[in-house]
Amino acid sequence: MKLSNIKRFWISFILSIPMLIQMFAMPFHWMMPGYNWIAFITTTIIMTISAAPYWSSAWAAFKHHQANMNTLVAVGTSVAYFYSIFAMFTSREVYFESAAFVTVFVLLGDAMEEKMHNNASNALAKLIDLQAKDAEVERNGEFVKVPLDQVKPGDIIRVKPGEKVPVDGVIVDGSTTINESMVTGESMPVTKKKGDEVVGSTINTNGTFTFKATKVGSDTMLAQIVDLVKKAQTSHAPIQNLTDKISNIFVPAVLIIAIITFVIWYVFLGATIVNAMLFAVSVVVIACPCALGLATPTALMVGTTRSAKMGVLIKNGEVLEEVSDIDTVVFDKTGTITVGKPQVTDIIGDEKQVLTIAASLEENSEHPLATAIVKKAKLDNIALAAVKNFAAIEGKGVKANYGKQEAFVGSDKLLEDIIISQEMKKKAIQLQKEAKTVVYVGLGQDIIGLVAIQDVPKPSSKKAIAELKKRGLRTVMLTGDNQNVAEAIGKEVGIDQVIAGVLPTEKANEIKKLQDAGRVVAFVGDGINDAPALSTANVGIAMGSGTDIAIESGGIVLVQNDLMGVVKALEISKKTFNRIKLNLFWALIYNTIGIPIAAGLFMGLGLTLSPELAGLAMAFSSVSVVTSSLLLNKTKIAGA
Amino acid sequence: MTIAQIITLIVAVVLIGFILWWFFGKHQEAVGTASVDQGVQEANIVVKGGYSPSTVVLKQGVPAKVNFDMNDSTACLSHVVFEQLGVDKDLTKQKITTIDIPTDKKGTYNFACGMDMFHGKVVVK
Repeated sequence: MKLSNIKRFWISFILSIPMLIQMFAMPFHWMMPGYNWIAFITTTIIMTISAAPYWSSAWAAFKHHQANMNTLVAVGTSVAYFYSIFAMFTSREVYFESAAFVTVFVLLGDAMEEKMHNNASNALAKLIDLQAKDAEVERNGEFVKVPLDQVKPGDIIRVKPGEKVPVDGVIVDGSTTINESMVTGESMPVTKKKGDEVVGSTINTNGTFTFKATKVGSDTMLAQIVDLVKKAQTSHAPIQNLTDKISNIFVPAVLIIAIITFVIWYVFLGATIVNAMLFAVSVVVIACPCALGLATPTALMVGTTRSAKMGVLIKNGEVLEEVSDIDTVVFDKTGTITVGKPQVTDIIGDEKQVLTIAASLEENSEHPLATAIVKKAKLDNIALAAVKNFAAIEGKGVKANYGKQEAFVGSDKLLEDIIISQEMKKKAIQLQKEAKTVVYVGLGQDIIGLVAIQDVPKPSSKKAIAELKKRGLRTVMLTGDNQNVAEAIGKEVGIDQVIAGVLPTEKANEIKKLQDAGRVVAFVGDGINDAPALSTANVGIAMGSGTDIAIESGGIVLVQNDLMGVVKALEISKKTFNRIKLNLFWALIYNTIGIPIAAGLFMGLGLTLSPELAGLAMAFSSVSVVTSSLLLNKTKIAGA
Repeated sequence: MTIAQIITLIVAVVLIGFILWWFFGKHQEAVGTASVDQGVQEANIVVKGGYSPSTVVLKQGVPAKVNFDMNDSTACLSHVVFEQLGVDKDLTKQKITTIDIPTDKKGTYNFACGMDMFHGKVVVK
């Protein structure tokens, strides 16, 4: 007969009602007629349908040299039950109700915990359910509805207002606003036009557009997010090593304590054999290894799902634990603190000549500053010349042959043996103090001009940094930019310390230096060259707009390209980890206080626990731990 | 001290000794291997008061499935969690739960019940 725990509970509960009545009637000296027989029959049924599964599971575990909660339940209930049968036929007092009530309470605890555990893990399933079921795909010039699994990369898909974007892709026609909150956590809809990327399972609000599918199935952003969260939920937090150690010895240790309890009461304190047995049974029943085992995984599950909904993906429990020790947050500048889309603001020198040479060289480069220069040249309708022998000098600039002379574009690091006029130098410093990056343009041995490029901070950067400082964290900005520029931007967003002039390859070293000075560092970055720094830092936080390799190296990934995400990430990690600690504390307290009380240690104070109450306390302990984890869903998170 | 009390004392000491030996002593554990059928290897693990066998060995390079045969009706073993694979499956929904194991690399995948009380591993070699 296959019954669910909750059905077993109800049947057992109803069967135990006569014993309950008798228990309450006891103080009034009323005895139910034929009570022993009623108790014997109902308890036997309860044992058969409800306690037997625990007995058989415990026996199977025992054969594997293992013991668990089932062992304790089995020992507790069987001792009470079989003793009562013996007592009944030898005309002694019976304790059927102990066996019955313990079973009922344990079942109740199991059923409730199962239900809540499902609630916690269902949140993730809901994320997957966000996906559209079908898509309107262009086939032979017409749009037809096809199931989602038949959509291939390269398909042209039409999305009408109110529909979900089925897969990831790039808009080819039309414009609209899209609600991306399910992926980024940002509730404001985002405007999208031709050439913009759209993300599967976000909701199209007002326009109709067509887009080309780029990622389908398990490659889509949502699928990746779900995968990440799944891994995080099943991951181990280092703090669990403690519970693993305890759980290995817990149950046998409790059995031994129960035996010792019995011996002390019966042999040394001269209690009756029945009382000694009741104390021993209480000890076995109240001990709850489950609460210890559930403390970490349930909190991890709720915490990681909640953070995923806010656009913060925490990779595993280890990261979560590291975050609570962080005292310094280091930011990459470009693309992290700033928008990452630099624009040319000033050109010093012969504007046309400077821009022509600069753009002709930079056309071959992929540096964000280069992109800005080329864009400016295009805007000014400047024809670019072909260059020969192009070479990029890592972190410094580029050079090439322009006409007959060697031309170069780059930072002052490139200008080792080139003389700059005082006037140029002054101009450069002035521009740098306005938070503009200065690029020198040279031809032959002369500097012919300067290009000033500015990358503005993101609107939220200042607020996010203020929030972090409020939490007592030291904020540091790391950049390859010139000291003047870096300081100007640093001042604008209110950062504590600026480390400028750092070559991309040195970023990890700078992190190492901070760590050697005793700091626990989180690094926030997005570029490919940030990957070593992300892995070196105690916690790497990758901006989601960043490259795959950065996301791979980060311990936390922010879906949204916004520094408030850092605040949220630190908040929720801390809250989750604190909840884990709280859960473990309660679970340990339950056992360390519960067992001595059950053993009768506080008998002198009149504090004892009958086996039934011990069973209730035990059932309550797992339920309270799971409830505490679920409450993480309700805690307030700054910036959310 | 009465005779009964002395006997109780002796029995208790013996029982404690037995518990220590039984649960903490060294005991050989069974290792299961997979059966290969049409290029797919399958291994079965019976879930009842633990995992038997608790260690399964798979061959590298052959697509593999591990079947968990649920025979336990208590909440303790209701979930199986593969930490490295990001798998957390409810075993109570169906009798047999199949989990695909990647075998492209050698290694060990640990698994445990939802409360991390019972452990087992799948070894790919």
